[in-house]
Order: sequence, then C-alpha cells, then structure tokens
Amino acid sequence: MNLDSLLPNLGEWLRGTGPESDVVVSTRIRLARNLAGIPFTTRAGNAQKAEIEQRVREAVAKSDIAPRLEYLSVMGLMPLDRLFLVERQLISRELANALEGPRGVAFDTRESVSVMVNEEDHLRIQVMRSGLALDETWEQIDRIDDCLEARLPYAFHERFGYLTACPTNVGTGMRASVMLHLPALGITKQIEKVFKALQKINLVVRGLYGEGSRASGDFYQISNQVTLGKSEPRLLTEIREVIAMILQYERQARTVLLKERRQNEHDRVARAIGTLGSATMITAEETMELLSAVRLGVSLRLLDDLPATTLNQLFIHTQSAHLQKLAGKHLDGEDRNAERAKYLRNRLRDLGAGQG
Amino acid sequence: MNACKFCGQPATIHLTDILQKQKSETHLCEACAKAKQIIPDKPGAHFDLQGLVQLVMGGHDSPDAVAPVAQACPACKLKYAEFRAEGRLGCARDYEVFAAPLLTLLERVHRATDHCGKIPVGQRRRMGLRGLKAELDAAIAAERYEEAAELRDRIRQKEGADEPR
Repeated sequence: MNLDSLLPNLGEWLRGTGPESDVVVSTRIRLARNLAGIPFTTRAGNAQKAEIEQRVREAVAKSDIAPRLEYLSVMGLMPLDRLFLVERQLISRELANALEGPRGVAFDTRESVSVMVNEEDHLRIQVMRSGLALDETWEQIDRIDDCLEARLPYAFHERFGYLTACPTNVGTGMRASVMLHLPALGITKQIEKVFKALQKINLVVRGLYGEGSRASGDFYQISNQVTLGKSEPRLLTEIREVIAMILQYERQARTVLLKERRQNEHDRVARAIGTLGSATMITAEETMELLSAVRLGVSLRLLDDLPATTLNQLFIHTQSAHLQKLAGKHLDGEDRNAERAKYLRNRLRDLGAGQG
Repeated sequence: MNACKFCGQPATIHLTDILQKQKSETHLCEACAKAKQIIPDKPGAHFDLQGLVQLVMGGHDSPDAVAPVAQACPACKLKYAEFRAEGRLGCARDYEVFAAPLLTLLERVHRATDHCGKIPVGQRRRMGLRGLKAELDAAIAAERYEEAAELRDRIRQKEGADEPR
C-alpha cells in the first residue's frame, strides 16, 4: 500500500459529520484481545510474535470482515510513514516506535477500522466514527470481534473475562472514547468543574493525542476507566449519559458567549483567522489553538461558513508528518513552522477566508 | 487543602481507596503525579498501573503476604515482583497463578472482580446457564428479540431444573 495515496483523504474520524458534530468530533471504541496459548506480547519472543502476526493476517484475509482490511507491517515502514499513521490515529505511538519485533496494523481504506497486532495486547481492534455514534460503533466492532474470534481462539477466563496484559483492561477489554470540542466551557472557565464531576464517576479525560489534562485546542477525549464488572452496553450507557450532559453545558456556554460577549468573541475569531492567514512561522500548538477558535466562530456563525471538513483538513495537514509528506521533503523545527505557515496562507487564500 | 504526599505543594489529585471498608486517602500535586506516572503525560497510557500499584500497595495490607514476590508463573516464568515493577502480566496463566493479589488489585481498580459482559461465541456454548444469560444480553443489546425470547425460555427451563423444590 502506498501511504501517500491516503494523504488527500480525511479518514473517518475527521469527516466532520455525524450526530452532534458541532461538539462531538468522533467516537472510538477499542477492544483488547489476546490469543489463547501464546504469552502476551511483552513475554513473547520474535518467533512467537511472527506466529501471531501470521495467524492474524490469515484470519483477517479469510474472514468476511466488512470493510475489507489490508495489513501493513510496521517494521517495513520508514519513520515518517509511522508518524503519519499515528497522526491519522490508525496506530499508537508505542506501536510506531517503542515496541520491537514483528508488529503491524490492518485497516480499511476509509480508515474507520484498524486492528493493531502485537501492541501491548496481541490484538487491539479499533472502530472510529465521525460524530457521536456509540451504538453503531459498538455494533460494528462486536461483529468484527466475532469474525476474528471464529478463526483466532481468544484467551478468555470464566471469571475475569477477556484476559489482557494489563489488569486495568481485563474483563470487556473495551475502551470507548468520545472526542469533544469544548471551547466555550474553556472560555467560561467551567471546564475544570466538568472534569471533577467526571473523575467521580470513573471516566477519564485526555487531550487529543493524550497529552495530559490540559488539551490543546480545547479537544478532549472522554473514556471509560473501568472494564471489569459491567457489560459493554452498560459502560456505553454510562458514557452516553455523561456526554449528553456535557453537550448541554457546552451549548449553554456557547449561547451565553453569544449573548454576553459577542463583540469579544467576534474579535477573537477574526484575529485567529487573520493570524492563520498571514503568519510566516507557526507551531502545531498555535495552529490548533487558532483553528479551535475558528471552529467555534463557524459554529456561532461569527464567520463565513467554512465547512468542518475543511477545518479538519487544515488540522490534519498541518501535523508534522502530513506537512512533510505534502512538502515532499524532510523538515526540521523552524523550517517546519515556516512550511506550516505557508501551507495555511495558501489554503486560506484559495478558500477566500478571513476577508470582510 | 491537603498537601502533596511527596513535595508538600497543594494537592490537586486525590486518590481514595476503599478496601474491606477501610478508607485511605492519598493526595498528590499534578507534577508529582506525572513524575510518578500516576496520570499519563504521553499518549497511549491511559493510566500507569505500576505507579498506582506501588502507591496503593505500599501499606501493611500488602498482597505480597499472599503472593511471595519471588513466586513465578510456571508457564511464562514471570515473577510477581516483575509484574509489580512493570505493571504488565506475561500470559493468561498469570491470572490463576497470581489470583490472590490480583483480586485485591482488580477490586481497587474496577471495584469489581467478575466479568459481566461479552463472552466469546465459542465459549458460550460450553458455559451452560451463564453462557445462556450472556447470549440473552447480547441478543437484547442487538435487538434480536425473537432470539432473546427463545433464550429466556431456555434459561427458565434450566433454572427450574436446577432449583431443588
């Protein structure tokens, strides 16, 4: 597979559509699974990892998983391609760089399904959807899991459920995450309150790529912490209830912003798009912050309509591996910031954004 | 306000641990929690077990009493001490070999010790009543009501047969 062919696509999670997409970016569910009779990845030798890889590849090829998945070995990839897959959320940073030996990922051309092989667990199955779609995502991953299980007997324990390398994942092996854009809760300084409430009910909040609790660009992922003692539908219901609450708070905060600080917000948003369209050097973090403001501006109709898809494309294309692939050359530090600014200037000029 | 257990700065992270009705609290500041890797600062790690295990199991109630740190799994040779250091188990059998300390840990992390959810299709057939109940849950969740009604009847039949009257 030539990864460069994915470059113009956005991938499922950045499609910018789906239910509640004014606040919810995407829904993701992953299942951790291990094959019976082989040590977990950390205790497996390279021969065993190769055997796992071979068996999973065969199972994926022969099963009737829809959509069709194609397997890619990570060992055969250049560092830039690995980072590219991380930015598209198809593989973890660990699978890309930290882990060793035979490992890889099977995914579909829409980039909605990915099966990582020899990550912390033998299998990390992941399904992504744009917008809030916990039920649909669960139904699909449940089916894929059944298809794989029919050919790959899993390590399963009558008492503990699906066995995982880390006991924090045992039981269902399921982590469901919903990615939210919460700029108004950030501006009105209510976000901390929301997170405190979440911690009490065992939900975890992380940044976009997991960088601690202060997420860049007001993007947050909410996911379940507990995996044992509750059924998958029950865990999903708990998350769904919390998301519904957060959506309501965020929309209320947006209404308040429009009512009480319209002029200020308009100014902030106009400056954001102005900076994006005229900077000559810009970091990924600043780009995120500014795109977040623009996204809010579009949602509040303070700006001419920029489709969410376009904003998402600006976001993904300004990530470091994407930027280097688009430029067709290796770029370091300041060169990368200059290239990012150039890309944004050109794109925004083509879109005619930021005028008037 | 509570002070951080490690550096004395105001604590912003509070771990409450209730085990066998004994409540203990640990207070940390964000910097120390990150340094001890109790909260993640890199992607992927939802939460570092190693840090948490060492923190909550440091007390007298240590499960090491039940599982000597030198005890090793006959299958993958992992020692319990290695699990405590790395936070990762080596194979499926470890869940049996280290069952006693793991139960304590699972109770702390999940507030539960028994799986209640999906069961592999292949497994359900071998599991009798529990398997049937799991199939029923799956059928209801997927809104396959005809199948669910059938399963419910089979469960009732089985329960009726098992109950001494």
